[in-house]
Amino acid sequence: MSSVILRIAARSLTPLLSLASLFLLLRGHNAPGGGFIGGLLAASAIAFYAMALGPAPARRWLRIVPRTLLAVGLLVALSAGLPALIAGRPFLTGMWWHPELPFIGSLPLGTPLWFDLGVYLAVIGFVLTIFFALVEAEGEGG
Amino acid sequence: MQLLLAILSGVLFAAGVFLILRRSLMRLVLGLIFIGHAANLVIFTAGGLKGAAPAIVAEGARQLEQPYADPLPQALILTAIVISFGLFAFFLVLIKRTYQASGLDDLDELDGRKG
Amino acid sequence: MQFLTIILLLFAVAAAAPVVVRFTRDWSGWLLALFPAGLFVWGITRLPDVAAAPLLERVAWIPSLGVSLSFRFDGLSALFFLLITGIGALVVIYAGGYLKGAPRLGRFHAFLFLFMAAMLGLVLSDNLIALFVFWELTSITSFLLIGYNHESVESRRSALQALLVTGAGGLALLAGLILIAAAAGGTFEFSELLQRAEQVHASPLYTPALFLVLLGAFTKSAQAPFHFWLPGAMAAPAPVSAYLHSATMVKAGVYLLARMTPLLGGSAEWHYLVTFAGAATMLVGALMAFAQTDLKRLLAYSTVSALGMLVLLIGIGTDLAAKAMLVFLVVHSLYKGALFMVAGSVDHEAGTRDVRRLGGLLRVLPFTGAAAILAALSMTGFPPLLGFIGKELMYEAKLQAPAAALLLLASGVLANAANIAVALIVGIRPFLAARERRPAGVHEGGIAFWIGPLLMGSMGLLFGLFPDVLGEVLIEPAAAAVRATQLDVDLALWHGVNLVFLLSVFTVVLGVLLFALRRLARRFAGRVRWPALLTPTGLYHGAVGSLPGAAAATTRLMQNGSLRSYLVTVIVAVLILLARALLSLPAFPVEWTLEGVALYEYGLVLLIIAATVLVLVARTRLVAVAGLGVIGFGVSLIFIFYSAPDLAITQILVETLTVIIFVLVVARLPQLRKRSSFFTRLRDGTIALASGAVVTALALLAAEVQFRPSISGFFAENSLAQGFGRNVVNVILVDFRALDTLGEITVIAVAAFGVYALLKLRRTEDEIPDDLSASDEGKEEST
Repeated sequence: MSSVILRIAARSLTPLLSLASLFLLLRGHNAPGGGFIGGLLAASAIAFYAMALGPAPARRWLRIVPRTLLAVGLLVALSAGLPALIAGRPFLTGMWWHPELPFIGSLPLGTPLWFDLGVYLAVIGFVLTIFFALVEAEGEGG
Repeated sequence: MQLLLAILSGVLFAAGVFLILRRSLMRLVLGLIFIGHAANLVIFTAGGLKGAAPAIVAEGARQLEQPYADPLPQALILTAIVISFGLFAFFLVLIKRTYQASGLDDLDELDGRKG
Repeated sequence: MQFLTIILLLFAVAAAAPVVVRFTRDWSGWLLALFPAGLFVWGITRLPDVAAAPLLERVAWIPSLGVSLSFRFDGLSALFFLLITGIGALVVIYAGGYLKGAPRLGRFHAFLFLFMAAMLGLVLSDNLIALFVFWELTSITSFLLIGYNHESVESRRSALQALLVTGAGGLALLAGLILIAAAAGGTFEFSELLQRAEQVHASPLYTPALFLVLLGAFTKSAQAPFHFWLPGAMAAPAPVSAYLHSATMVKAGVYLLARMTPLLGGSAEWHYLVTFAGAATMLVGALMAFAQTDLKRLLAYSTVSALGMLVLLIGIGTDLAAKAMLVFLVVHSLYKGALFMVAGSVDHEAGTRDVRRLGGLLRVLPFTGAAAILAALSMTGFPPLLGFIGKELMYEAKLQAPAAALLLLASGVLANAANIAVALIVGIRPFLAARERRPAGVHEGGIAFWIGPLLMGSMGLLFGLFPDVLGEVLIEPAAAAVRATQLDVDLALWHGVNLVFLLSVFTVVLGVLLFALRRLARRFAGRVRWPALLTPTGLYHGAVGSLPGAAAATTRLMQNGSLRSYLVTVIVAVLILLARALLSLPAFPVEWTLEGVALYEYGLVLLIIAATVLVLVARTRLVAVAGLGVIGFGVSLIFIFYSAPDLAITQILVETLTVIIFVLVVARLPQLRKRSSFFTRLRDGTIALASGAVVTALALLAAEVQFRPSISGFFAENSLAQGFGRNVVNVILVDFRALDTLGEITVIAVAAFGVYALLKLRRTEDEIPDDLSASDEGKEEST
């Protein structure tokens, strides 16, 4: 699986798909999308990259070890529950701020978005941990 | 369509049960995937198929307007899909390793070796 | 909170006891005894309040189950409270002397206080479930205390036997208590149950509840045929025998019966069962006691007999019998506690408990001897000791029993006579008999050894001389609690020469006669050999002995190690349960209609079914994977058709990844082969089709039946208002049910690490080249 076209496609498509996944994550609260879908798409994009160019370049492209991503995602999701605890509400109760920003207007920011980001990172980490482990095991003839 | 989907869930579940009762480890994995699909479809069907519109609040509305597709089963299934995938990946790797380590993919032979 | 505080305080003392013992050594007994002694005094000061009305107190524990730590301090509780704390204080002092320098004294005191707390909780509890918890706790502490000498096989075996017998009874009791609550409409509070006694009696649950509660009480109070654990429990150190196995714990069953009298008593079943069990135990205990030669076994069997008398009196169920029962309860606790301690001291000093080798001890053990003689006289029912009053009352109660008065009286006289013989053998003869039998080097072991027995012996004399104090202050409120009505209790020592007095005299004469015949009885008892399976002990050993075999057989049958047989069992069991439920429906509330199904929908479903068949018959791995892919994408199309865009996208992405992963490992996977025989396939096919049919029926049914209002409406209304999101599915996932999602991503994390561990951390010598193990972590870091 190392045709030139595939490689070029991977180089150009993976950043685009990753961006699209971020978009899916951010709009997920109001339209189809969200952390799961965004995470799966981003993971697929990187998996595609790895299949075209090999696991090592894909890891370089990603920069972060997937297992770390998985742990960070879990921590982010967990930390989304803390503001509610501090405010004396049940753990993981959604807390919202609506800061007024110039040019944009009222921007709804809330712990659910932060939580979804955690889900997004965890899903990427989850898929890629498995994927890289398998690809590398095959590569090593294991 | 309710009936049709219910029958489809039954067919998928039956296939899953048949597969997990085979001696081959590989078929065991396939069976689990089938059962996962069947379970998702049962929840989906049980949630009712009346809804015309997706469970997304329209621009300008304060809340979902009837008729809408029940969002609760969808949320359940969404997590179930991802969990099944995790289960599948783990199980697939498990049988791959078992096969590599023992050279067997037959449950009965594996039992015999253990005993 | 006062009662809860008391119990918690004792738990705290139990926890601190090892430290106290470590720092105060020989003084620890005296120091620790201050707690029960203080509680004893406190209990006395509360008596005037109790006489008016029971003190109630409630602390919520598990409110959703109706379980609360509620306490009731009435006359009956007060009587037990004083016995437990008073005798407790003396036993703790005695244990300090008896176990002086023992390596595990701290642990011993910890268990003893744990027991004390549990026992107090038991007699103070108003909530039946709390009562049960404390009840079991006394069984457990009894187990720990009997097994104090855990190096001894005998000790361990006896401890286990006591635990199994009383524990099994405890389970029966729990079931009985739950049935009572069910019969009374759901409350576990005794105070409330008292108001509903008639409702309980009328309920069809009454008889089973009665049986179960009696089973609990009889096992705990060593009633025949469950009496055998009590003599076995004599493996415990003497303070334990004196405290748990004569004065307090074995009386828990008596307490329970007395407590339950207003609620369960009065029926014919109650009357006959309780009376009969009591009478049988009384006779069995007395006759077996009298043939023993070991001091503690003599006392143990006579305790069995005394417990039988108490239960018998409860069974008679008259005001007089209740009075007699309570007086005899006090009498027995005082003299039996004292005699057990005396037996311990004698054993400690003389090194033997064989009555045939003891004699002339009064000169060397003057205080212990005085205590023994006082206690023994009370046990024989000799005036002016309290035992005399107790026995007179007992005879009077039996004379006036509503049924079988003569029979009860005759058996009572026989049992009492045997007990008199025991008292003479245990309490009198070793101290007063010819001195040449006296073992050498015996001397008083110090004040801790004799203060307790002497005090208890003297109390028997004191109460005998001034019975009014006991009668008015303690017995009257207690009798009021048992009979659920106010009673006048006038105790007097001397009633003149009447039938009862003559009976007493006759009993003493008979007792002395039996004492003279004791050697004959021992010889006779030594000859008799019961067939092992006919004795309760034999049955117990048979039952316990057959357990390992039964367990092994069950394991072979149920845990045979074959995954497929487990699966078949589980699937078929679920199938039968579900099919039964489905078939019992009056009508299947579903419309069997395919109306309005579009052509493309048929096409899609048929495509998925075709792919399913393809996977089923596939011979190569790739064909199977391809079929699986078709099914996955087909399912996501279904999600699209029915307005579930999130699901569809997720399913498509997951399907893609599934196929990718399959392709990655497929070369390493085994080929598919046909392995099973035709009949196995037929069987599995049948099971599979049946489960499929049930699932179809369930899916249809679930769509129609709605047991509770759906909560989807809440999500639909509040998604935007409270969650600030228009995509309701996403708002559910990240806001309303975020905790579930958190759990889910934790699960996938575990799955990922599982895969990682399986693939990367697999260093077994036979398959992996060495260089990989070293380079693996480094490679990760460098990327």
